[in-house]
Amino acid sequence: MKRSILIPLKVLTWLACLAPLARLVWGAVTNNLGPDPTADITFCTGSTALNLLTISLAITPVRKLIPQLSWLIKFRRLLGLFAFFYGTLHLFTYIALYAAFSVPYMIDDVTKRKFIFIGVAAWLLLVPLALTSTNWAIRKMGGKNWNRLHKLVYLAVICGVIHYWWQVKPGVLAPMSITIIVAVLLISRPMLDLWQKRRAAALKQA
Amino acid sequence: MLIRKPDEIPSSAITPKAQYLNRRSFLSRAVGATAVAGAAALGLDRAAEIVSPSLGAHAGTKLETIKSPLTTTGEELTSLNDVTHYNNFYEFGVPKDEPARNAGGLPTRPWTVKVDGLVKKPLTFDIDALLKLRPLEDRVYRHRCVERWSMVIPWVGYSLSEFINKCEPLSKAKYVQFISYFNFKVEQWAGQSTIDWPYKEGLRMDEAMNPLALFTFGLYGEVLPNQNGAPVRVVLPWKYGFKSAKSIVAVRFLDHEPNTTWNEMAPSAYGFYSNVNPNVDTPWSQKTERRIGLPFYAQQRDTLLFNGYQDQVASLYTGMNLKRDF
Repeated sequence: MKRSILIPLKVLTWLACLAPLARLVWGAVTNNLGPDPTADITFCTGSTALNLLTISLAITPVRKLIPQLSWLIKFRRLLGLFAFFYGTLHLFTYIALYAAFSVPYMIDDVTKRKFIFIGVAAWLLLVPLALTSTNWAIRKMGGKNWNRLHKLVYLAVICGVIHYWWQVKPGVLAPMSITIIVAVLLISRPMLDLWQKRRAAALKQA
Repeated sequence: MLIRKPDEIPSSAITPKAQYLNRRSFLSRAVGATAVAGAAALGLDRAAEIVSPSLGAHAGTKLETIKSPLTTTGEELTSLNDVTHYNNFYEFGVPKDEPARNAGGLPTRPWTVKVDGLVKKPLTFDIDALLKLRPLEDRVYRHRCVERWSMVIPWVGYSLSEFINKCEPLSKAKYVQFISYFNFKVEQWAGQSTIDWPYKEGLRMDEAMNPLALFTFGLYGEVLPNQNGAPVRVVLPWKYGFKSAKSIVAVRFLDHEPNTTWNEMAPSAYGFYSNVNPNVDTPWSQKTERRIGLPFYAQQRDTLLFNGYQDQVASLYTGMNLKRDF
């Protein structure tokens, strides 16, 4: 991909990833975050984190299906880091606006409430991935080890989806669409590997 | 002649407030009106009933009210806009802003409330008769949702006990159940959750007879907007909001604890009583709450036992273990 196209695309991705935060900041400054601003901030940061993580998980299957789109890999780190950034904002929203920085309150929540426990788990799983996201870390670890570590993202996204289900009231189906998308993306990986192997074998025979 | 002359329609009723505030519902009503006109032209007798009676009783119509000693003082009211655009009314959609957009089709006239079960004889009350049963009172109450947000709302109604007395329940009646309106054609958004409709709620008889329990027809001095539970609902300020059934079509008197919707969905989280209690957790900690309409840094406040109405209602629960019977 030419730099003259790549750079504008990267700029657009940055702007798109920053848009939810810009809306929140603007809304907070103008006191225009709706009737329940705390809930708006919480939902916006949480769902943006989960959505970006899901989009980053779509890149590998799309590249395997459509080799012409291989250049999408150049966007995966950006999306993953923005997902971590919004996850961190989400966690900080909880610490500041719900727990009011009270450590006993947080310990009580993490130990008693499974939806908070699994949300914290999702964030903790993303921490080593964010820390090893630099080129230097990839070189230092070696591609194989780095890949192995970064498989944690699957666990993180599953924890994120469960966090969403456990947070809504029983019977509410709002998390269904993201659940289906994540499930398809996760299942597509072994399926695509199998498909590619078969194709390679067929080509060899021919 | 089925269609009334224009001079018989009060100018205030030509475009009710809730309709001009809500273009989508206005349009759906406009389509309805066209259909009515068509039906009238065909001479169908239902048309007259739909066109004529109480257009003036739609949302936004002023209600005549008197003061009440049971009103809550010292609280700043939540704005009318927030009270009417941040709603949990899952039949019209789960997101908080959806009921305001989707509830326009709720047919609030004609409307009847059926009373049966352990009563002297089954009765059916017309909504206009209920509106005239007792003087309507202005009552400001704190309103606390189990999702940990709260409002302060000026309701209009009279004590539920006044209505129950008219129902003449038998002495065997120990509980009362409320059934909400349900029609999937009007409320297709009900499919956003797996709730077994219609919505059901209930109270122990002595709770229902407590003067704070309000049989409610309006808010901010006007007829209830549809999304707030028009044309008649209950308001129980010491309990989580989901106990306060909306758009009631039937009231049933029973000798046993009735089924209630959220209790059926998750009995470990939502008890039959569901009194506001900072010391009893639902899936969330209930120690604090967020007041609606304030900036994010100023929303948080402590939850009050019985939502601050312990002086009026604590005696209902003496001898009960509120942690077990939550």
